[in-house]
Amino acid sequence: MKKSVLLGTIAAVGVMAGVASAGTLDDVKANGVLKCGVSTGLVGFAAPDANGNWEGFDVGICRAVAAAVLGDSDAVQFVPLSSKVRFTALSSGEIDMLARNTTWTFSRDVDLGFTFTGVNYYDGQGFMVRKDLGVASATELDGATICITTGTTTELNLADYFRVNGMSYEPVPIETNAEAQQQYLSGACDVFTTDASALAATRATFENPDEHMLLPEIVSKEPLGPLVREGDEPWGDIVRWTLNALITAEELGVTQANVAEMAKGTDNPEINRMLGSEGDLGGMLGLDSDWAVRVIAAGGNYGELFESNIGETSVIGLSRGLNALWTQGGLIYTPPFR
Amino acid sequence: MKMEPFVRTEMLSEQPAPLGETGVLKWMRENLFSSILNSIISILALVAIILAFMVLMSWAMQPSWASTSLSQCQDDPAITGACWGVINNRFNQLMFGFYPRVEQWRPTLAFILMLVAVAPVLFNNLPRKMMWFSVVYPFLAVILLWGGTIWGPLLVLAGFAIGFILFKVLFGIVGNLAAMLIAVFATLLWWLYGVSMVAEVLSGIIPIGLEPIESSKFGGFMLSITIGVSGIALSLPIGIMLALGRQSDMFIIKTLSVGFIELIRGVPLITLLFVASVLLNFFLPPGTDFDLILRVIIMVTIFASAYMAEVIRGGLAALPSGQYEAADALGLDYWQSMRLIIMPQALKISIPGIVGNFIGLFKDTTLVSIIGLLDPVGLIVTIQGSSDWNGIVWELFLFVAMMFWIFTFTMSRYSMYLENKLKTTH
Repeated sequence: MKKSVLLGTIAAVGVMAGVASAGTLDDVKANGVLKCGVSTGLVGFAAPDANGNWEGFDVGICRAVAAAVLGDSDAVQFVPLSSKVRFTALSSGEIDMLARNTTWTFSRDVDLGFTFTGVNYYDGQGFMVRKDLGVASATELDGATICITTGTTTELNLADYFRVNGMSYEPVPIETNAEAQQQYLSGACDVFTTDASALAATRATFENPDEHMLLPEIVSKEPLGPLVREGDEPWGDIVRWTLNALITAEELGVTQANVAEMAKGTDNPEINRMLGSEGDLGGMLGLDSDWAVRVIAAGGNYGELFESNIGETSVIGLSRGLNALWTQGGLIYTPPFR
Repeated sequence: MKMEPFVRTEMLSEQPAPLGETGVLKWMRENLFSSILNSIISILALVAIILAFMVLMSWAMQPSWASTSLSQCQDDPAITGACWGVINNRFNQLMFGFYPRVEQWRPTLAFILMLVAVAPVLFNNLPRKMMWFSVVYPFLAVILLWGGTIWGPLLVLAGFAIGFILFKVLFGIVGNLAAMLIAVFATLLWWLYGVSMVAEVLSGIIPIGLEPIESSKFGGFMLSITIGVSGIALSLPIGIMLALGRQSDMFIIKTLSVGFIELIRGVPLITLLFVASVLLNFFLPPGTDFDLILRVIIMVTIFASAYMAEVIRGGLAALPSGQYEAADALGLDYWQSMRLIIMPQALKISIPGIVGNFIGLFKDTTLVSIIGLLDPVGLIVTIQGSSDWNGIVWELFLFVAMMFWIFTFTMSRYSMYLENKLKTTH
């Protein structure tokens, strides 16, 4: 009872803080910099290089929003956040948006008071095993020892999956991904389970990646996406339509290389509307008409961002799979620019 | 024939002791091979140590310094062990975090000046005048590390002068206590309201300063040292005050001290750090930009002070009550007796505990990685997150551990030196 009162108070103060700082767009413009919460380090999604420049798939979203709002994809202050402090950092106003491979769930959307502005990566929990274990499917894992990161949804998903299939397992609780990697390689567990994208990235770093395989089963839905505080719809719209512009650009064949050319006007009215040579969609967002041109020029369209950071040509080598465009059998789909 | 008894007429000159009774051989015979069982154990231990050392060396001695990614190490047939390229590649980041490269002379200079500033505190055979530099150093360090106009720190420093002059002037007029209260109050007012206004005016007239660097750019060992040294430097005086407060006869001071110490000591440091990073944001008015690193320094300091107070209280309790009574008998007032009789002895007794606390505090700074600050341990995760170095573990942790060991071992050696110097028993 006491606890809920305390949490309620905190939430109420948080809501007040949110209301009081309504107008994130104006704040960002006044500061001249977008404060974007990212992971403290996740391969392919967010990490600084040797010179301290952040790069990655989530970082690309931050840069795109900064390009749309401030006209400069480098006008971003990246705030590295651990999974424990990410939500409070957003609700307290320390950051303007969060792009930190965060799963869109009911309670985060409804109870914590955030607005998810879309999905930039459809992930799911998978399993990695040694090939010489002779296992071809997760349903053959009865009695296995499993390395699992504690305190995450993966732990609950795993318990659910094994219960549904009437199997038992021996959990080996692990704190971080790097630790799990060591435990798995040293043979402390037969199976390592976490999001499939992270498994692929981990496998890519092994000395002999061919000795390991990902099992075909994906046992959970983990739609990852950027989020903002609830109650500031104009700002949420900007983040949402920045992501949509990236996706629509891929759909319509607008790339980093040809966006400047296409911005002069094309035969396709939707491209013209998006890039601002026709209509005034930018003005409706409170931005200028070139906003989408800058978004795409910053790091390329959705497909280009995917390829250069996590796609098959990168070290991580993820295939598009569910993250292919809806026209190519995937789930990536946006409402039209109209 | 009469036998002459042998009588030596001259002294034998001193001979060196037999080979087996001196030096290494004697030591080895006495300590390693004093019995058969001991000999066997010694030889086995030696073999084990050599084997472990060889395994470690064959792993560590690799021509991998120049490689720029883990896959490059894995592909190179000449490299079969450690991939040290990560230290080379990310050295700058591990030292300075995201501090702009052209400005990195500033933390380096601040570190060198820190050594100069602590030298007169640590070694009393240096000229006492150097103490003045130690007093000014904190303000210099703030200017160097954070940059911005130099007037802010200077005016804060001026606050001490204002308080002191006010005290001196009022002392004759209104008496000791009232003068002290007014001086403290005026100084606080100056810091809270005067400094920012005057600094703005002054920097408008004479804009001197360095390029401002936000704390979010701080990272690596620079961050650990900033937090650790501030915590160490602040926690000792605050700890002494709290320890004295806890022993005080005055009810309110005693209650406040006991309450503070027990409350803070009863809470894990990580909880305080979460309060600093998460909860404070909710209670401060929106838009307040209260520097995260400053918040962390405050929390680390109050945490360390509470522990320090108890260590020093141990020293105070160990003094025989005759010392207190002797000080009273000499007619010294409270502060004089504390300064001249009690504290020097109590602090001497507490040296191992105090230094133990300092070392613990310095290592505890790595906890800030949990709230997303990029100290060396936080940076390890970050570096593993780059596609070049994903999967690298031992090299980074070894390097960070080694660096921490150098700092803490220096501290522990100094404490032994100090104990020796202050030893009065024979």
